[in-house]
Amino acid sequence: MTAPTLERPAADEAALQEHFDATIAAEHRIEPRDWMPEGYRRTLIRQIAQHAHSEIIGMQPEGDWLLAAPSLRRKAILLAKVQDEAGHGMYLYSAAETLGADRADLTDKLIERMQKYSSIFNYPTLTYADVGVIGWLVDGAAICNQVPLCRSSYGPYARAMIRICKEESFHQRQGYELLMTMMGGSDEQRAMVQDAVDRWWWPSLMMFGPPDADSPNSAQSMAWGIKRHSNDELRQRFVDMTVPQAQFLGVTLPDPDLEFDAATGHWRSGAIDWEEFKRVLAGDGPMNAVRIARRRAARDENAWVTAAATAYAEKHGA
Amino acid sequence: MSTDVTAEGGHGAVPTGPEVPTEPRPARVRRDWPLYEVFVRGKRGLNHVHVGSLHAADDEMAVDAARDLYTRRNEGVSIWVVKAADITASSPDEKDPLFAPSGDKVYRHPTFYEIPEDVPHM
Repeated sequence: MTAPTLERPAADEAALQEHFDATIAAEHRIEPRDWMPEGYRRTLIRQIAQHAHSEIIGMQPEGDWLLAAPSLRRKAILLAKVQDEAGHGMYLYSAAETLGADRADLTDKLIERMQKYSSIFNYPTLTYADVGVIGWLVDGAAICNQVPLCRSSYGPYARAMIRICKEESFHQRQGYELLMTMMGGSDEQRAMVQDAVDRWWWPSLMMFGPPDADSPNSAQSMAWGIKRHSNDELRQRFVDMTVPQAQFLGVTLPDPDLEFDAATGHWRSGAIDWEEFKRVLAGDGPMNAVRIARRRAARDENAWVTAAATAYAEKHGA
Repeated sequence: MSTDVTAEGGHGAVPTGPEVPTEPRPARVRRDWPLYEVFVRGKRGLNHVHVGSLHAADDEMAVDAARDLYTRRNEGVSIWVVKAADITASSPDEKDPLFAPSGDKVYRHPTFYEIPEDVPHM
């Protein structure tokens, strides 16, 4: 909320910092009108805005299949899922605005590439099996990332994440069910699923970000309670969850070095191609230009609708 | 990697280093629709609870958008929307002096009174 507050005498900064630190230490939540360090506020805006952008851009890869869904049932499911992604973006923009960001300005920053979105959405969806694999792997990885954020120290972000996580569970399950159905079909359908898994597995592992050694400022985010687990911890959790699901499904994960480490009880994956990650994040992925162009068109081509609604509201004294 | 890229981008790692701008550019901020705060009554017998916010051109659009955004899975039976600018709030700070007057009035709580345990129905 950006509501005006009643006049209060100002406390000095050291006392405010001390109270902020104590609130974080006690695992209490920081709320919008609390005093907070500038670095905390800016870090949150960066993270929440880019999360919101990822949800909004994330509508596109699957949205491409809405008109080609193989049945009315699959179409209804996919519509609901894509609509959820829009909703997730809105919850997050709402949280970012409590920190003084402006929603329209954030969209402009996305379109002008001043702020980024997840690199996973710069890969194309080539067959309907991709819809299933995105639900299973991409949303599965997102759940690993997002569940700890339900305990984020910033109240509006944590509350948005609780809502989002409830809905992501549907996303992952519909994807896995779609893949089970295809695996029970023809050889051609099974080959489509394997092909999709081959293309999405490594980008899904990259979703967790570079190794901990390359994340120099993570410690500050951890101390602030914004970040709860390291990139490598979350990636390991995802691999351990996913390998048995792949075995049940009957697909092969495209990693010859993947093996079970009996000593630790963890699955160890092979080396990740971080050069590819950097390339795609920097804008050189297969679909970067298309994703941004479509978002820009949505803003610009719908501007007349916004203007018309504004004119109507002004005329009727809203 | 030159910048911090953290996994907490929800759907994947994104840069969160200081080179990413955060502040709205005053000259660029668009004539956006007003911000509305949304309150939903989950079911009969419960209070309306704040669930988030949205932008809308007018009150009616705000209610329709709130339905689409916050009640896609039967989360509510009633919605209130109010322009954020129309809300006046105390500071939520727990140490706010506004709440000090109730801090020392322990006699307002039932536990303040010692009653022998064998007094029935007390």
